[in-house]
Amino acid sequence: MSLRFGASNVVVPRRRYARPKTKRARNGDNMNLLFASLAEGVGSWWRYVTVLHFDDVRQHTLEHASLVLQSVIIATVLAVALGVLAHRVKVLRAPLLGIASIFLTIPSLALFTLFIPLVGLGTAPARIALVMYALLPIMRNTVAGLEGVDGAIAESARGVGMSKAAVLTRIELPLAWPVISTGVRVSILLTSGIAAIATLVGGGGLGEFIKKGLSAYPLGYSVEQVWTGTVLVMVLALVFDAIFGIIRHFTTSPGIRKR
Amino acid sequence: MNDTANGNFELPGKPADITDPVISLEGLSMRYPGTTVPAVDDLTLNFARGEITVLVGPSGCGKSTTLRLINRIIEPTGGRIIFDGEDVTSVNPDQLRRNIGYVIQKVGLFPHRTIGENVATVPRLLGWKKPDINARVDELLDLVGLDPTIYRDRYPKELSGGQAQRVGVARALGADPPVMLMDEPFGAIDPITRDRLQNEFLRLQSELHKSIIFVTHDIDEAIKMGDRIVILKERSQIAQYDTPQRILAHPIDDFVDDFLGSGSTLKGLNFERVRDVTLAHYPTMGPDTSIEDALIAIDASPEKWLVLVDQNDRPVRWLQRRDLLRANTPADLPSLGRPVRATVEPQATLRDALEEMIQSSHGTLLVVDGRGRYQGCLDIETITGVIHRMQAEAREFYQNLTGEVPVVK
Repeated sequence: MSLRFGASNVVVPRRRYARPKTKRARNGDNMNLLFASLAEGVGSWWRYVTVLHFDDVRQHTLEHASLVLQSVIIATVLAVALGVLAHRVKVLRAPLLGIASIFLTIPSLALFTLFIPLVGLGTAPARIALVMYALLPIMRNTVAGLEGVDGAIAESARGVGMSKAAVLTRIELPLAWPVISTGVRVSILLTSGIAAIATLVGGGGLGEFIKKGLSAYPLGYSVEQVWTGTVLVMVLALVFDAIFGIIRHFTTSPGIRKR
Repeated sequence: MNDTANGNFELPGKPADITDPVISLEGLSMRYPGTTVPAVDDLTLNFARGEITVLVGPSGCGKSTTLRLINRIIEPTGGRIIFDGEDVTSVNPDQLRRNIGYVIQKVGLFPHRTIGENVATVPRLLGWKKPDINARVDELLDLVGLDPTIYRDRYPKELSGGQAQRVGVARALGADPPVMLMDEPFGAIDPITRDRLQNEFLRLQSELHKSIIFVTHDIDEAIKMGDRIVILKERSQIAQYDTPQRILAHPIDDFVDDFLGSGSTLKGLNFERVRDVTLAHYPTMGPDTSIEDALIAIDASPEKWLVLVDQNDRPVRWLQRRDLLRANTPADLPSLGRPVRATVEPQATLRDALEEMIQSSHGTLLVVDGRGRYQGCLDIETITGVIHRMQAEAREFYQNLTGEVPVVK
């Protein structure tokens, strides 16, 4: 009957339940019990995060954030370049998108460890794995975004004497940006979650809490640790998403903004 | 028609009076990869400086391809392009295009840039200074009839189709290029707006005197816009290259005749104005003329009718001899004879005049000036005479060019 939440056991005196109760009353008691346990658990968790281990929390959050950010930035540069290539050279389109799709099917646990022989432990193998995961959504959206640019616009840009490179950087990519940035957004959410695995290859991040919690279970504060990692990963992803939404708004021309 | 006469026809690409062409195509060819029939086959064509030359032909005849070959959006597979005496077949196409304005049917404004930035595209590419660019943008928007203070900072999505094409024209005029290529620029615009844009564009051209190559599939637009028309058949072969007047008066073969469609004679009347033809003159009498004098005048004239005008010289009634005899005093005359209904002004085209004749079922129109004063008369025989003259002149022109006598249709 005890919801185990770390060291703080909710001890409920049995005596109070000596007399048999109606079913309804029993349900009510169970609900009370659940809320009490939850409140107790959240309180304990909060204490863990803010008082007992605040420095750890800050450090691992920053590690996680930096890992996600670096990976997404590298992936964006790579994926846009590859997307442009796939758009311009039609023969390469299917192979490039195919390879990027295959990356997504590799089990993440394996993908993180695959690169240890090449680059050693630490953030390096984690970054490589995350970049590989982040590629596909951005690349696919780059191709889709470029294909969505009205041919007449590109033709008239050529017609007024813009070089091919200028048409790409000044016309096509800015017009495709709303679509590309949607891909970046998906990649941010995707890598934020998967980055928790980085801890297994020594890459740090919020996965540390989950790993420690799992290995310590059912000892004191192990559940709090798992929850710390999980909740902060989610919060971080949402914060990134919100920030990127703002960046995206201001990097999209008002002429093509949806709202 | 006699086919050998057409086959030997050498003039089409080189009308004799184009001595200083702005652009010459010499044996230009284009074959799309994977096709056996070329889209443009050995085309030789001169374009006159400062004129609108319209390329017109049925769908798929290669007219748009020809236009794209000129600014090398499509690279030719054979032949040469001469621009201002210089072979530009292999120069940097980006540099070339900055001197050739380009307007297409779908406009292709840059939606992420403001209207001002769109118009500034070419000056910016040429590295103009910012104040110069801004001044030029305002000037161009003004030129195409858009208020710069309202439209400069708006985005293309806020424009109607007609406004967008005005901006398209302004953008093409960016750095004042001597040549403009226009590919069905008014094709996607509703008929009323199209008519207005065409008129405005002609007015603009009368100030700017650009050398314009204009592609359309609409023969009426070609007749309206073109100083000269090139009628193309499949593979961009020239069927006839001449002024619209002469093409209408003398279609060179059945292909051209079919393409012009019915009513080409009537369309030709659009080019002749009432003021340019010799008017007939009927005797007139004013309010002060005595009936005796009027009788003398009508007896002296070969005509059976007389025109009664008021004190301002405006025609009022058609009168016959018997009307004059029935009148006791000149004051009775305005109630006798027939009222004047059909009048036409000197600047009207013969087409308008003919329309007026048909509507009023009068064979004779009174020509009056802007203030309604009597100038003379125009009858149906005069108009048919003009038609015969135009056809005879065109026939003679072609006879002299070919040295052969084309078969009279």
